[in-house]
Amino acid sequence: MPRHSLFRHGVHPPDLKELTAGIPIRRMPFPKEIVLPLRQHAGKPAKAIVRPGDRVERGDKVGEADGYVSSPIHASAAGTVKEVALWPHPDGSYATAVRIAVEPYSAQAPRPRIIPDWHGLSREELIEAVRTAGVVGLGGAAFPTHVKLAPPKDATIEVLVINGCECEPFLTTDHRTMVEYPERVYTGIRIMMQCLGVDRAMIGVEKNKADAIAALEAARPDDINVTVHPLTVKYPQGAEKMLITSLLNRDVPSGKLPMDVGVVVQNVASVATIAEVFETGLPLIERIVTVTGDGIRQPANLIVPVGTKTSDLIEACGGLMPDAKEIIFGGPMMGAAVVNLDAPVLKGTTGVVVLTEDDCRPAESYPCIKCGHCIDACPVFINPQLLGSLALVERYEEMEDHHLADCMLCGCCSYTCPSNIPLSQLFQAAKAAVRKSKAA
Amino acid sequence: MTLPHRLITASPHLRVRDSTPKIMWSVVGSLVPIIATATWLFGPSVPLVLLAATAGATLTERVFGNRGSLGDGSAAITGLLLGLSLPAGLPLWMAFVGGAFGIGFGKLIFGGLGQNVFNPALLGRAFLQAAFPVALTTWPARTGAWWTLAGDNLAWPFISPQVADALTGATPLGLMKFEQVPTGLWDLVVGSTGGSLGETAGIVILVSGGYLAVRNYLNWRIPAGIFITVAILASLLQAVDGVRYAGPMAMLFSGGLMLGAMYMATDMVTSPVTKVGSWIFGIGIGLLVVLIRYWGGLAEGVMYAILLMNALVPFINRATQPRTFGARTRLQP
Repeated sequence: MPRHSLFRHGVHPPDLKELTAGIPIRRMPFPKEIVLPLRQHAGKPAKAIVRPGDRVERGDKVGEADGYVSSPIHASAAGTVKEVALWPHPDGSYATAVRIAVEPYSAQAPRPRIIPDWHGLSREELIEAVRTAGVVGLGGAAFPTHVKLAPPKDATIEVLVINGCECEPFLTTDHRTMVEYPERVYTGIRIMMQCLGVDRAMIGVEKNKADAIAALEAARPDDINVTVHPLTVKYPQGAEKMLITSLLNRDVPSGKLPMDVGVVVQNVASVATIAEVFETGLPLIERIVTVTGDGIRQPANLIVPVGTKTSDLIEACGGLMPDAKEIIFGGPMMGAAVVNLDAPVLKGTTGVVVLTEDDCRPAESYPCIKCGHCIDACPVFINPQLLGSLALVERYEEMEDHHLADCMLCGCCSYTCPSNIPLSQLFQAAKAAVRKSKAA
Repeated sequence: MTLPHRLITASPHLRVRDSTPKIMWSVVGSLVPIIATATWLFGPSVPLVLLAATAGATLTERVFGNRGSLGDGSAAITGLLLGLSLPAGLPLWMAFVGGAFGIGFGKLIFGGLGQNVFNPALLGRAFLQAAFPVALTTWPARTGAWWTLAGDNLAWPFISPQVADALTGATPLGLMKFEQVPTGLWDLVVGSTGGSLGETAGIVILVSGGYLAVRNYLNWRIPAGIFITVAILASLLQAVDGVRYAGPMAMLFSGGLMLGAMYMATDMVTSPVTKVGSWIFGIGIGLLVVLIRYWGGLAEGVMYAILLMNALVPFINRATQPRTFGARTRLQP
């Protein structure tokens, strides 16, 4: 096993994965209604191409990609379009969404494959198929995969890095994918390697997922150069830049992308999804979601139709416990609390975590006592203590000079702050203010 | 479907179990063995002086501080640390004034917790040293039974303490500096010497501070920097002149060095935020302590060494900013 360097700093939040790590993935029943927001990915939202009253089959396109950095949206269940209107989005806003009344017992209509078989396809055909399937990164950011697969001509990619770290507490989506679908992971890697023209792939997995590492090793093919690398359990091991440092000992320069050091990083669930769409011939219409936390009755790893409302998902897991307090989309370190339980599961929703009163952050914070714990935690070596004090007085331009742009909002500083100062929230607000002033 | 009585907060939704009040009260807790040792050594004057200093500090915080700021425990620490840096025989009203000054002019005037430049306890002590130099350097000799009060604890304000009549002893550092009489190392370690309340039992302070360091409530780099610097310089100087200069162990365990290094210099608010800065800070204090002890007009220099370095902390922080991930140059604040 090759030796690894390790990214510096970071924090050690409790793992909390034991709730669902051993539970096999199961399929949840179709809900009565599916809501498909047209904004589910990084880039431009899709454009609706259906109207109320239209009949859609499972896999039919309901939203057309608008531009290159965008992605189409497909119906995840057969039914009738009710309306195309504003609907609560998991990020707290309202977004245009296609609402479909589902016919849960409608048979899957016999139809030709939407996505062709991948064998024998050229690089361009593969990328086009991935684009047609609406595949985006499933790790949370939901960046359109076809853009990642076609790096600019002047970039040379040497290594494909597969991110199986899943360093967020509670979540086991990637974990179960690696344990149950290792072949899909490797098929997806083959397809990506062919698209990118690289001959080397590395899978980084945190050591706390011994069964996933064993499953990947057992299924590892010999004809491609792919290696599995157990990594130290530390948050945020799964952040792109940290993972590249840990695996390859290369630092992505400030303000640059992984491809500037010859690397493309893809999340393991997204890789498996690429294989899945070519396997089934259907576009990306369902994903694996971990529903967990002390506030849910039956924690589970579920195959969920994209667009399932949070309330239906919670019901499929036995409902909330009486002391459930906060419901989070994504992991507890970077995920967002949902305001409205009508908000649907998106392509990028890795998990739904229900926290109880005990788990939640207390409301009160104290003055900064300059303990320096945030500086020792920050994985990109900025000074959250200084940035925080600048953010409180809204000196955003000065914050930019202090590398605000390098902050990836991982939350290590807020996690470790004994005074409970909402540092990453302040930085998020500062970034938004900077964006706004630049746009103006 | 809406969420009745649910919580909506920003990420991260988890946090460490430590909190600022927890850190502060842990520091208070870790002082208990030191206070017990001091009481055993000096008698009932110890709790009285500590109580007076703490009352001065907490009352000032209560009256002039932000609402509810007493609960974070920082005022109590200031009072206790100030008390531990005072002689047992000090009139109680002076201890009270010192505590009030430390909090009022050492902390609240800057804007309360986290804003102050100087360690409030040491500022309170510096004030007392300037205002009552004789009382602050009168170390009552331990005569009579354990339960008798030392010195003039009960003197009324502005009535000169009757120190002339009392039997006084000297501190080991004073003996060494002014009379070239060394004190045995064992006496220094267990504290059977003259000195301030918390100056004496070095080994107890070391253990208490070590506990805080293990909990990561105390930045070990600062005391380490101080100890290493003092030990190296003292060894060198002892090699030059063994009669005039005490050796490294005597230097480390005498005077306020242990208490200062473990508890005063490591005050989070008034020490650097970076690791490199902490080393610079510690080494600077060590240098200044040796300078003042050997060549200054005073027998003891820990207090001024720390206060001087406190003043440099903003500059140290500036000079030791971290280098951002993947960036070529250091931050230029």
